[in-house]
Amino acid sequence: MNQHRETYLKIENVSKIFGPRLSMGDRILRAAIRRGPPPSLTAVSGVSLTLAKGQTLGLVGESGCGKSTLGRVIAGIYPPTTGKVMLDGLALMEEGRKVTTAVQTVFQDPFASLDPRMKVGEAVAEGPVAHGIVPRSGARAHVAKWLSHAGLDPTLADRYPHQFSGGQRQRIAIARALAMQPKLLICDEPVASLDVSIQAQVINLFLELRRDLDLTCVFISHDLSVVRHVSDRVAVMYLGRIVELGETHQVFGRPSHPYTAALLDSVPRIAAEGEVLMEVKPISGEIPSPLNPPPGCHFAPRCPLATARCTAEIPSLRETAPGQRAACHHAESQLAEPERAGA
Amino acid sequence: MSPVLEVRDLRTEFFTAAGTLRAVNDVSFSLNEGEIIGLVGESGSGKSVTGFSLLGLIDAPGKITGGSVRLKGDELVGMAQPDLRRRRGRDIAMIFQDPIATLNPLLTIGQQMEMALAAHERLSPRASEDRCAEALERVGIPSARARLKAYPHEFSGGMRQRVAISIALLHRPAVIVADEPTTALDVSIQAQIVTEMKMLAREFGVAMIWISHDLAVVSGIAQRIAVMYAGRIVETGPAAQVLRQPRHPYTRGLLDSMPHATAPGQALRQIPGSMPSMMALPPGCAFAPRCAFASPACTSVPELTEAAGRSWRCFHPLDQPAQEGITS
Amino acid sequence: MTPSNPKAPTENPPVGMTETGKPTPPILLFWREFRRNRIATVALGITILLAFVALFAPFVAPQDPYNLQTLSLMDARRPPGHVGSGGYVHILGTDAQGRDLLSAILYGLRISIQISLAAGFIALTIGATIGVLAAYIGGWVETVLMRMVDLQLSFPAILLALVLSALLGQGKAQLITALVAAQYAYFARTAYGAATAERRKDYIEAALATPLSARRVIFRHLLPNCAPPLIVVATVQIASSISLEATLSFLGLGLPVTEPSLGMLIANGFQYMMSGRYWLSVYPGLMLILLIMAINIVGDQIRDQLNPRLRR
Repeated sequence: MNQHRETYLKIENVSKIFGPRLSMGDRILRAAIRRGPPPSLTAVSGVSLTLAKGQTLGLVGESGCGKSTLGRVIAGIYPPTTGKVMLDGLALMEEGRKVTTAVQTVFQDPFASLDPRMKVGEAVAEGPVAHGIVPRSGARAHVAKWLSHAGLDPTLADRYPHQFSGGQRQRIAIARALAMQPKLLICDEPVASLDVSIQAQVINLFLELRRDLDLTCVFISHDLSVVRHVSDRVAVMYLGRIVELGETHQVFGRPSHPYTAALLDSVPRIAAEGEVLMEVKPISGEIPSPLNPPPGCHFAPRCPLATARCTAEIPSLRETAPGQRAACHHAESQLAEPERAGA
Repeated sequence: MSPVLEVRDLRTEFFTAAGTLRAVNDVSFSLNEGEIIGLVGESGSGKSVTGFSLLGLIDAPGKITGGSVRLKGDELVGMAQPDLRRRRGRDIAMIFQDPIATLNPLLTIGQQMEMALAAHERLSPRASEDRCAEALERVGIPSARARLKAYPHEFSGGMRQRVAISIALLHRPAVIVADEPTTALDVSIQAQIVTEMKMLAREFGVAMIWISHDLAVVSGIAQRIAVMYAGRIVETGPAAQVLRQPRHPYTRGLLDSMPHATAPGQALRQIPGSMPSMMALPPGCAFAPRCAFASPACTSVPELTEAAGRSWRCFHPLDQPAQEGITS
Repeated sequence: MTPSNPKAPTENPPVGMTETGKPTPPILLFWREFRRNRIATVALGITILLAFVALFAPFVAPQDPYNLQTLSLMDARRPPGHVGSGGYVHILGTDAQGRDLLSAILYGLRISIQISLAAGFIALTIGATIGVLAAYIGGWVETVLMRMVDLQLSFPAILLALVLSALLGQGKAQLITALVAAQYAYFARTAYGAATAERRKDYIEAALATPLSARRVIFRHLLPNCAPPLIVVATVQIASSISLEATLSFLGLGLPVTEPSLGMLIANGFQYMMSGRYWLSVYPGLMLILLIMAINIVGDQIRDQLNPRLRR
């Protein structure tokens, strides 16, 4: 679906490597005792993907998989170490500086992402005024408009963030991002820190605004059920690499990477009526440290399908079904498993 | 068979400068040997304070102001601290959300386990080490004997939680209170821990109170579920029944608002409003202002209704199945 | 079953506040908590009172100690309670020039407070700028700036101030320069510590992601959030700069004799200590102690209130 729509976001071979943060003293000391620099962390490794206008890409994975780092690269917070991010054919960053306001971000923790010493109205108005999206004289009306779009009473613009509950703050954060009139919205775990009943409210707000504003979105979450609910396409990441990419119903219904399958099996679910309550099937083993990932396919040590080839050769992301790609040497045997319910 | 833990009308209050806050309000439930009960609620529902109250771990300005907690027939409320300390760890133990906060970073895992062991038992160093290694092995930590010499920071989050579990199990307590034990963990690790704890509970015959905000996780481990809202238990019953056919509108609302209860991309069935401040609870049923079924009757506190092994606090209990709209 | 109340709130109503009515401004909440500590409240009263009398010394003081016409050497070094030739009752006695000691103290207080406030604010501005910039920019700028600050912190402040005022000579500007040089490093350290912590927080990332200019991020977001610890350090540093200034003046390094600060009054009276004319030194000394103590107690209370770890 939606394949006829034009590409909006294009990510080409993006990697992000964090070098160790060394002080001058450490550097001198290390040089003196002839030790090389400590290992650097490859948070994102060779990621390429495209996203059509108006679509939502779900980015899922466990801790250390690089989904947040990739989100921050797309948001223009971190410059990528290699590769580039293009929006509508234009570069997102030039010389390490973000040159567009077309992409905005909603962060996980609304208690941390709002400046505690700035009134929420000012926080919402700040960006649009600084970038001339609205004149200073129109700021109040602009703030009122976006606060009410986010389901908040616009008369609360003169309050400070600490006077709001978690769900309300996340609404403010959403209003602040949207007041910049972005084309692309990055949501980094926007509901993870909220209570269950508040989560649903914020997800509904997101769905509503996305439809009304025809936004293109990248939705980062560790919660597979949320991602499944909001995304058109899903990218599954493991230790810095995309291991599977496809339409949501494909990835959730017929995963072609064993990690995706294992992840889906790990999620506790409340079974439908009449069924026995589902037992979770855990993946064995730990997530390896991203500082020292295993050779070949990073998932091989935990993978039920792993063979000698998996530890020797890095699998490339290849098409396993129309519109679905996976980085696995044994994707075919994974695909042979029966289709899952709930896709 | 008499229950191993019996909680009656437990009440815990916090006396702050801004007023009195009743965090736990007339909470009652009982727990049989080897049974796992899931205590579910959102933040501020009082589920964690209930857990702490069971172990008598309430510090000023908080105080248990009423009710009773009977552990194997002995009353814990009002028990002298030294006696309580003797029971804690041996008969009733606790596991926390963040094991890094409960493990001492300066001591090896082995030292901490041996200290926990020595608190209630006298063993030779040799026997003590054997017991600790065996305990670690049982929770799925490979090369356990060597790992005894490791420090907490050398373990991953999942492994640390395993260590905390093995410490809680050292004395084979009758009851374990697990406060959001898997919330900080990744899903794949959460699945491992849930499966292992279920097995251990069965093997040891230990009863468990699994406190969580996540109904789905609880549904995978608990035989019975108690749902808390604003300090009260609003509904209890066998897990399958509560989840399939909730009687309280709040339980129903929680289930309905989960993403898989609605077709992808559709608006979720949200509960309107938010949890009231515990300082300014509405009179009567605290859920009434958010409830679609609220009536004038709801301004008084609903009594606990019990029927067929289930109970609820509601004037308008539901009787239709919850998940009629489910797609899977 | 039919819902007994069909007007089910299913829509997203504009979310109101958890409490009704106008919110209490944070400053008022702060004051309410402050007021609970009686000693600190008294200290704050004393600080304000002293600042007030210092500011209005020409109107409050019974005599203008600089007006040579009203002075008479006849009245020099009289004990407290002496009725002078001008008809004044010298409550605290008179000094070696026949000035009313109370008036001299009030004028001295004025000079002391002026100098230390000026020095404190300049040091705060310079120090906070250095610290916040070092934290924001990072890299070699951070290393160079902060090593410089560390180097300076390894010397006692008094030593640096002594050397500088000896080099620069007497005068208000020179004294302030010496005090600033001795004290900016404390502000830089504090600002740096606070800013490195704040720098990593999401709201700074959110501001950078908008994107907002570096200047805006630093001055509108980073700096205001580093204010609490800086305010605490500022109160403590103003107290210490008062005592530093007094020390320098006592040693004859700070101000010219024509502008006697508290320190100089103490020094001038000191030679008469042994001859039983204790009041010449003791009263200015008591005033100095009172002022420094009051400011420190106020600073302590502010620190306790701003430190979330000490909060219950």
